[in-house]
Amino acid sequence: MVDSDKAPLPKFPGRSSRRRWLFGAALLVGLLTTGCGPQYVLLRPAGPVATKELHLFELAGIAMGIVIVSVFVLYAIAIIRFRDRPGNRAPYMPNWHGHRLLEPLWFIVPAILLTIIAIPTVGVTYQLAHLPKTRDPVVIDVTSLQWKWLFEYPGQHIATVNYLVIPTGKPVLFELTADSPMNTFWVPQLGGMEYTMPGRVLPLWLEASHPGLFWGHSGNFSGTGFAAMFFHVKAVSPAKFAAWARRLHRTAAPMTLGDYHRLLTFNVVGESSYGAYPASTFPSTKTGFVLRGGMYTPMHNDPRKG
Amino acid sequence: MSLPLAEEETGLAPGLPLELADDRESIKITGFWMFLVTDVLIFASLFASYAVYRSRVALAPGPAQVFHYGPVLLETLLLLTSSFTVGLAIWAMRTGRTRMLFFWLAATLVLGAGFVTSEIHDFTSMVGQGLTWHQSAFLSAFYVLVGTHGAHVTFGIVWAVTLLFQVARRGITPVTARKLYTFSLYWHFLDIVWVFIFTFVYLGGKIG
Amino acid sequence: MALPGWMLYLIHTLFPANTRRPTELGADVLIIATGAILFYILIIKGRWRHVWTEWITTVDHKKIAVLYLIGALAMLFRAGVDALMLRTQLALPHQGLLSALEYDQLFTTHGTIMIFFMAMPFIFALFNAVIPLQIGSRDVAFPRLNAMSFWLFAFGALLLNMSFVVGGSPSAGWTAYPPLSENVFLPGVGQNYYLMSLLIAGIGTTMTGINFVVTILRMRAPGMTLMKLPLFAWSALMTSALIIFAFPPLTVALSMTLIDRLFQSSFFTLGHGGMPMMYVNLFWLFGHPEVYIVVLPAFGIFSEVVATFSSKRLFGYEVMVASLVSIMFLAYGTWVHHFFTMGAGPAVNAFFGLSTMLIAIPTGVKIFNWIFTMWGGRIRMTVAMLYQMAFIPTFVIGGATGIILATVPVDYQFHNTYFLVAHFHNVLIGGTLFGLLSGMYYWWPKMFGMKLDEHQGKWAFWLFFLGFWVTFFPQYLLGLEGMQRRMNTYPFGLGWHMLNVISTIGAFGMGAAFLVLVYNVVWSLRHGERDVTGDAWDGRTLEWAIPSPAPEYNFARIPVVNDRDPWWAMKESGATLANSLSASDIHAIELPKSTPVPFLLGASFFLFGFGMVFSWWYVAILGLLCVIGTLIYSGFNYEEHAMLSADAIRGTEASLGRLQA
Repeated sequence: MVDSDKAPLPKFPGRSSRRRWLFGAALLVGLLTTGCGPQYVLLRPAGPVATKELHLFELAGIAMGIVIVSVFVLYAIAIIRFRDRPGNRAPYMPNWHGHRLLEPLWFIVPAILLTIIAIPTVGVTYQLAHLPKTRDPVVIDVTSLQWKWLFEYPGQHIATVNYLVIPTGKPVLFELTADSPMNTFWVPQLGGMEYTMPGRVLPLWLEASHPGLFWGHSGNFSGTGFAAMFFHVKAVSPAKFAAWARRLHRTAAPMTLGDYHRLLTFNVVGESSYGAYPASTFPSTKTGFVLRGGMYTPMHNDPRKG
Repeated sequence: MSLPLAEEETGLAPGLPLELADDRESIKITGFWMFLVTDVLIFASLFASYAVYRSRVALAPGPAQVFHYGPVLLETLLLLTSSFTVGLAIWAMRTGRTRMLFFWLAATLVLGAGFVTSEIHDFTSMVGQGLTWHQSAFLSAFYVLVGTHGAHVTFGIVWAVTLLFQVARRGITPVTARKLYTFSLYWHFLDIVWVFIFTFVYLGGKIG
Repeated sequence: MALPGWMLYLIHTLFPANTRRPTELGADVLIIATGAILFYILIIKGRWRHVWTEWITTVDHKKIAVLYLIGALAMLFRAGVDALMLRTQLALPHQGLLSALEYDQLFTTHGTIMIFFMAMPFIFALFNAVIPLQIGSRDVAFPRLNAMSFWLFAFGALLLNMSFVVGGSPSAGWTAYPPLSENVFLPGVGQNYYLMSLLIAGIGTTMTGINFVVTILRMRAPGMTLMKLPLFAWSALMTSALIIFAFPPLTVALSMTLIDRLFQSSFFTLGHGGMPMMYVNLFWLFGHPEVYIVVLPAFGIFSEVVATFSSKRLFGYEVMVASLVSIMFLAYGTWVHHFFTMGAGPAVNAFFGLSTMLIAIPTGVKIFNWIFTMWGGRIRMTVAMLYQMAFIPTFVIGGATGIILATVPVDYQFHNTYFLVAHFHNVLIGGTLFGLLSGMYYWWPKMFGMKLDEHQGKWAFWLFFLGFWVTFFPQYLLGLEGMQRRMNTYPFGLGWHMLNVISTIGAFGMGAAFLVLVYNVVWSLRHGERDVTGDAWDGRTLEWAIPSPAPEYNFARIPVVNDRDPWWAMKESGATLANSLSASDIHAIELPKSTPVPFLLGASFFLFGFGMVFSWWYVAILGLLCVIGTLIYSGFNYEEHAMLSADAIRGTEASLGRLQA
């Protein structure tokens, strides 16, 4: 627990700032989309991770569809045939209470269907858990804050708030943490989500196979500003990405610890960019969790040093 | 014609100890075992948390630095002995010797009170050194695990005092016998929990 | 006008700014109106003595069942209103009807109340009403403990419901994950309310679990072996066992958060080595079994209802029992599927994905057995049966989407989306609530001596069933569109608004169904068809062999059981209810005596909880002393039972036409 007098007091977004973000979000989304009809983003993957997940969804959906349809047919026959009405000539067997062949059947059939789903489930789970070994990823350190996203590019020495630019055709390794309550980092069209947790760094890799503009959002409730935790992801060609990063590094002002502390305030902000950032704003995964710039007091996690 | 009727049974079943002979009282003992199951699970959850939090000492000292083994040994001795005396109390109850029952139950109380006093003293001296549960997750888990046990012992002492009054007023009946018996189950249970605390928390802290 | 300082302090603590907005004031008006009605009935009309002696101090399981049912329906109303407000807010993008904080409070209380203060007491209402009768017993094993459980639930519910207007509601979701639920992020008393009310009600729930395990294991009528136990009683046994094993981890998780919040320990705060994952694990170690705690009783109810209204033996009894038992064990091996995306690694995730799929098999087996119970029967379409009939397709779809979510990589996409929201409402409403309503219609004659009107009941059913699908089917699609749960609003242009409007319309359909249901109950209490036979539905199990409502002592003589459907078997061999006992068969019966102890214990816990919520230590200590005092008083009170004379019983049985002249 942090000393209460040092902790920043929660400031909930006032009505005006909420309007501002709503307006901003509407504008952003308006840019992203054409038309207003339903957009099934989960059915329109834009990268290999999301595609694999969609395929598995389709497989499970078909298997479950078979179960649903067969149960419904059986059920409909039972209701229609054995309804209590005068003149019903279907057999009445008040003491029929078991069948040696039928009962094992409905152990075996569902078990087979589930095995069909289970095998690829395990396979894909392992596949997606680790980056493809042969390929060099772009690393992005993600920190969820109250109620905004900080993205730091350790390779490019730049940082952005509430928006991402990533190269296409290349895996991107997101290292996720939080200096806030838990959120999840999620870009539906690129792939599944993973939690951002204080005190831990979790890996998640995604990839965009073609250029485009995608939206992302947090998937775990984190307080009154949660609904505003949208960000957008722009996928561009590797050359454009490199050029963008170089330009930002040269032109944008560096982030200071003071800037970071301002980001820790509980509020909703727009997008911003930094040409550099202090190392202490992201935990070093090698030496344990040390987050010296954060709202939590510094700590180290090595019991031997006591 | 209706459903066949069962014989209504009354009286005490022969050949069983008093607390189990009366059906209604023996059902209560079954219920008390169920309660002990929930309590076992409370302690299991606390032990599991402690196992996880043990290494999460933050900037505060770890297990090896904070435990005082003198008081802990004394506490162990007192509680183990009290488990023996409560056994003697139940033996006296079953053989119908009220005076002896009083003596052993009172002895149990005194030993239990000694345990609690020593533990409180130990905790206050730790807090006096600045080792509050605010300092680290390890200390939080330690105080809450060991403190929950201590609170159980304290509750047991209050319970046993009320039992002394009840036995004094009513003597050894199926009801008081059942109450004494459940108390002894509770007390033995706390003793076993303490054995685990002693092993995993205190001796485990020594090993590091 | 200057108020004294202490008064200002009280006003600012009890009624801070966030409890002085239109929504909260509306709730105030409702509370005051309810209070006025109660005051009128109790004081002006002088029913206080009756209420005290017959209801508040009662230890009779049948009356406790009625109390639980009233509590559950009231909480269904409260949490249902929450849901309607949430849906209204979400109907359109940029809706400003509720502030973000209010929205957060409402979805938190909606979930918390529906699970802990609606589903659980509803289940206990039916357990209390039915289990002792089904197993041929005169009461539960511990009648006084039973009443204590009820009053702990009631005062726990009171504490949580107070929060909206006194001090502020919890707003961290029903799961209340730290660090969000810690002081740094949610200062104020809201989370304290959540913690204290769940801890208090949780003690009661645990005691109920113990009570029913012992009741079913030790109090069955002679001849009723475990394999002759009706399935509802089996489900009660498994549910109670789950309660015994599941609630302790919750108690520990909540206590740790409470100690963190009130006494500055460091379980879940990062700076001092705390770990939020610990809470998440403990919570779901409780939370997943909890899912089965609320759904197994529904399975039990359906097994009774489907056999009765198909006029046929239950199909595959042994397999049904085996699947209940295996679900109980498997329920402890699936908890990680609530947080695949928290970085447990592929091995752990794969294991828990597979274990989740495994638990679908015994559940699926039950579905087939229910269908084959109907097969070769004669299905009577009563309201109770309609809920059963609606349950099967709804639950099959809910189960199928559950399997989809258990497919780990898919869950990475669907975690916390509206697909998940639709899934768990699909199983919780389609499974639990349909089951409980079915059970309510089925056992209503046994509880109150009259039937609920079938015609009105069918209206309520169809509104509810259709409303349910209109509400939740669009939510599956919203999940595919990427909408996340717990968002208090959303922007234009994502294509979400159309489906949200439809979903909200469906929700109001369900709200209308509730009103029809209430009308149905109120109307039937006055004009409902009286059940004079005691066997309203041509039933099969023991509870239908005694009058409706059951007399105080349930069975004048405890029967011997020789069959799984003892009452059906007796009817087959020509038994009737009239003139079944001779005067010499009847002896005096010892019955548990009313006592104010349970009520006082609940009130003391309430005082303790209230003191803790506001950190008013003197109040809390006073409450704790009252708790201990009540327990000691109870310990010294040896007059737990009173004799009911044989003549009194003969009189009652004769008036019911069951005594030979």
